[in-house]
Amino acid sequence: MSAWTEMVFILLVVFDFFLLASSRLKAVIRAAAAQGALLSVLPLLLATDKAEIGHVLALSIGALVVKGVVIPWLLMWAIREASIRREVEPIVGFIPSLLLCAVGVALAFAFSSAMPLPTPEKHGFLVPTALSTVWTGLLLVVSRRKAVSQVIGFLVLENGVFLFGLLLSDFMPAMVEAGVLLDLFAAVFVMGIVMFDINREFSSLDTEKLSALKD
Amino acid sequence: MSLLLVILGIVLAAASGLLALAFHRNPAAAQRVACAALVTAAALAIAGALSVLALGHAAEFHAQWSPPGASLALRLDALSALFLLPIFGVPAAGSVYGLAYFPQAARGGQARRLQIFYGLVTGAMALVAVAANAMLFLVAWEVMALCGFLLVLTEHEKKAAQRAAFVYLAATHVGTLALFALFSLLGSAAGSFDFARMAAAGLAPGAGTFALMLLGFGLKAGLMPFHFWLPGAHAAAPSHVSAVMSGVLLKTGIYGILRVSGLFASPPLWWGLVLLALGCASAVLGVAFALAQHDLKRLLAYHSVENVGIIAMGVGLALVGRAIGDPALVLLGFGGAGLHVVNHALFKSLLFLGAGAVDHACGTREIDLLGGLARRMPLTAGLFLVAAVAISGLPPLNGFVSEWLVYLGSLRALSSASPFVAWAAIAAPVLALVGGLAAACFAKVFGTVFLGVPRSGHGASAHEAARAMLGPMALLAAACAFIGLFPAAVVPALGRAAAAWAELTPAALAVPGRSAAASAGAITASAALLLLVAGAIAAWRYRRTRGAAESETWGCGFARPTARMQYTGSSFAEMLTLRFGWAFFPNARVEPPRGPFPKHASFSSHVPDTVLDVAIVPVWRITAWGAGWVRTLHRGQVQGQALLVCLTLIALLVWRFLWW
Amino acid sequence: MAVTLLSFVYLALFLTLPPLLLGVVNRVKSLFAGRQGPPLWQLYADLRRLARKGAVYSRTTTWVFRAGPVVGLAAVATAGLLMAFGGAPAALSFGGDFVLFAYLLGLARFATVLAALDTGSAFEGMGGAREVTFSSLAEPALFLCLVTLARATGSISLSGMLGPALPDAWGHAAPALLLAAIALFVVALAENSRIPVDDPNTHLELTMIHEVMVLDHSGPDLALILYGASLKLFLFGALFVRLALGVRTGGLAGVAVFLAGMLGFAVLVGLVESIMARLRLVRVPQLLVGASVLSAFGLVLLLR
Repeated sequence: MSAWTEMVFILLVVFDFFLLASSRLKAVIRAAAAQGALLSVLPLLLATDKAEIGHVLALSIGALVVKGVVIPWLLMWAIREASIRREVEPIVGFIPSLLLCAVGVALAFAFSSAMPLPTPEKHGFLVPTALSTVWTGLLLVVSRRKAVSQVIGFLVLENGVFLFGLLLSDFMPAMVEAGVLLDLFAAVFVMGIVMFDINREFSSLDTEKLSALKD
Repeated sequence: MSLLLVILGIVLAAASGLLALAFHRNPAAAQRVACAALVTAAALAIAGALSVLALGHAAEFHAQWSPPGASLALRLDALSALFLLPIFGVPAAGSVYGLAYFPQAARGGQARRLQIFYGLVTGAMALVAVAANAMLFLVAWEVMALCGFLLVLTEHEKKAAQRAAFVYLAATHVGTLALFALFSLLGSAAGSFDFARMAAAGLAPGAGTFALMLLGFGLKAGLMPFHFWLPGAHAAAPSHVSAVMSGVLLKTGIYGILRVSGLFASPPLWWGLVLLALGCASAVLGVAFALAQHDLKRLLAYHSVENVGIIAMGVGLALVGRAIGDPALVLLGFGGAGLHVVNHALFKSLLFLGAGAVDHACGTREIDLLGGLARRMPLTAGLFLVAAVAISGLPPLNGFVSEWLVYLGSLRALSSASPFVAWAAIAAPVLALVGGLAAACFAKVFGTVFLGVPRSGHGASAHEAARAMLGPMALLAAACAFIGLFPAAVVPALGRAAAAWAELTPAALAVPGRSAAASAGAITASAALLLLVAGAIAAWRYRRTRGAAESETWGCGFARPTARMQYTGSSFAEMLTLRFGWAFFPNARVEPPRGPFPKHASFSSHVPDTVLDVAIVPVWRITAWGAGWVRTLHRGQVQGQALLVCLTLIALLVWRFLWW
Repeated sequence: MAVTLLSFVYLALFLTLPPLLLGVVNRVKSLFAGRQGPPLWQLYADLRRLARKGAVYSRTTTWVFRAGPVVGLAAVATAGLLMAFGGAPAALSFGGDFVLFAYLLGLARFATVLAALDTGSAFEGMGGAREVTFSSLAEPALFLCLVTLARATGSISLSGMLGPALPDAWGHAAPALLLAAIALFVVALAENSRIPVDDPNTHLELTMIHEVMVLDHSGPDLALILYGASLKLFLFGALFVRLALGVRTGGLAGVAVFLAGMLGFAVLVGLVESIMARLRLVRVPQLLVGASVLSAFGLVLLLR
């Protein structure tokens, strides 16, 4: 059982690397979806005796549906409509951002055991994986030009927050998690509308062009 | 006895150029006298050093000296002896080379001056290595630094030499300042300036000491952020001077780090880790900058930064070993660093001498203007290739052995239970990257300069180097091959030097020493096998291809290739230098071809040193501008001076109210 | 004694089987493309034919060009002496021998690149530049894999790392070793100029890496190069197979497992070549750095 959990965490980090290394948006969205789907297994794997089974199941299924299916589907639809396929010339190149991510992951895994936590750790890899995923999401948001990539960044960031949430899931009401998901959902929605406006206006999806809208 | 030999060597070497002055009527004879004196000095001193390395006994000498705190204390232990080998060996080889490369008969006063400072710098470096008193050490250090300055300035009419020499002078004096502070701190804490007393005083290893040590010695050694003086100075000096500066003078910085860190019974763990990290950065960025160079000697100079980085990695590992009390790690780290000091002196001076021969024969050091020299200078090409293989760390030559010892050190750290120490193993993949990049860089250099066909008129009239130039080069190449093929022969001496540095008993080092020597023996076996297999294949191939036909190079269907269509060194390295774009600030000038029948198009690019040209020089320019402005206020009328006073007063008041 | 005999058996396999390995790869690719494909022993026939042919040399070249294939093959063959095939002790083993192993392959590459540059051809210079670029990026990935292996098994020689300690290491460090194995497979493809890094069957000089470097070699020299390339693929295959299979076997059963593993490796390489396209050259560094990052992650898992 523990070996499987470990494998899930490692795969999550591997998806982090892939998200930063690939330039094809379709592949990136699929990876984000797979990461989301993989996340939904974790509440079941990490459930303690104290947890209510209904709560855990709701968390798991909610994550699977929203992170693994709905948002990726929306993003896929968005890039098809806007007919963009690649992230060209990111602000920070693919290799530097991958190396930055690797440094972050190494630091997270090396030093997370020294972090003061309010609750006992459920699994040694939970906190470093969460930190790594948050770091990856931040890197994606900061280093990419395309609006879709940035939405994916937010999605990955939320995946990391979700992992942190698992640490507290015995105590955390489902409402909090639902609220976060709702935020993300709203973000995707707004971004979708904005993307279409920019696309219609400039026939391009560079966020840098957003500043031209300010007048 | 051994110390006496070394002292004799020092005196004779320092006096060699002055001796020659007696013969100033016959320049050729004068140069030969100086050369003979330096070679004799080297023979004496190396004999003394070798006897210490073979037996492990230290020799001491102590005499009174009038300046306060100073004494004429000399000490020759195995650590000093290890450094004395290149300190005497390389200048001796260089002075023989100079007979043909920089003949006094043709160069006159320049050669005479060079001769004097060449001998003097050798003596000063040797004195640095045997000084056992901080004041004596600093005096020798300063003489060495000034001689280096004057040597860079040999061809003083050249603008590049002037700039390089003054940058060097400024850098070395900042370093000396740091050393003054360092030794004052240590001396006042220990109550004496003698190294022996300092070591016995049980000094506390503080952060300030380490920072001063790193600044003072790092500037001399050319560790990465402090390397900025180095490329210019090495490129501007005559080649046999560059060989000494790059091969030996830099190593006095490493020697200083070793000597001062050896004064502390147990240096903290972070000293070693910081030095290791700096070494990694130096090695990777050094070779990356080297890849981007197009001037042969500047390129070699950046490789010195890389190799000093590798040495610093070894020293860092050894310091980690001392901090955690692991004699095996001390032996491997120190052994790698110490052997790389010797190895780098051998192959880097060989490379600089080879570059000098190319410059001498073709009149240019621009890599992309050369080509096809292996046909016109086959011996130079062969010797250069030996050094290129050695510096790339490839077997069966000496560069591999020392890098392999550093690898073993990092693997030894890997097996440690402490996570901090185990992180030192990151040195292994870094070293692998550096090795790959160095091989790429020397494939570029050798391929562009010696292979293919001449790219311009420069190479067309080239001639083989003179015998006096080839002789010392062959000797250096033979030494490279010897250490590469028989590494087991040098391991015991490295063990003695490590024992002298870390104050370990020979018994503590016996077990790791034996296992290292056994592995080194296995390297001999595999090198022999490699040569055997290669010989057998070559014999088979030779029988099969005798009388083979000759033709043009296959041009993929293009019928009229020209020499200019060859791949240049810059394009060869471009894919790799692109990876390091974040560290470079290249100046490129592009004139693309225009119109249907373009007449003219050109492209040129140059990668300046990021630290010097992008950081230090602009900052100093701004400072100088500000100072100039303040000076006009000073010199100007009363109103200006009053304004200055006023401004100062206001500034002080603001400071007082806001931050007090 | 049985152990030394076994390593000689493996050495004999190492010297004879590599061309067959390439035959299997090509057969898999042919089957995937719905062709019958060349016979499995095609490369043996090619080598025989080339060895008997005469050679043609460019007038530009010097002895460096002639030494390239010789040094290249000799270095790879010597590296074979250090490899612990199938986990059996290598013919020559000492602490840190994997460094020598990697550097011998580096020597082979250096010699090949210099021979390519000796022709003065722009195409071969291009190939050499690509070769040194990609291999110097693959080198850290390889060393990170080997360091991970060293940490997991507590040994610093190839014979120890791949020997009986490896099955135990799979017990307590499976994730790290898995990541290392994936990275090693990528390195093997890159080092041996296979798809997705280089296409061994391409016919356009501008896109080639290894093939373009040896354009001017002919006759016995080309035979040496082809044979050396197949030995190198076999070496990387042996390293990958032993790392990935990591089972406790010995003697003849070990040989059988090893051969089955090599067959699987050849099929895997063939599969990758059938279903993937060659990456654009600018994307290759991304792949190699990705492999480094994966194996570094494995090492981090072991070090925490």
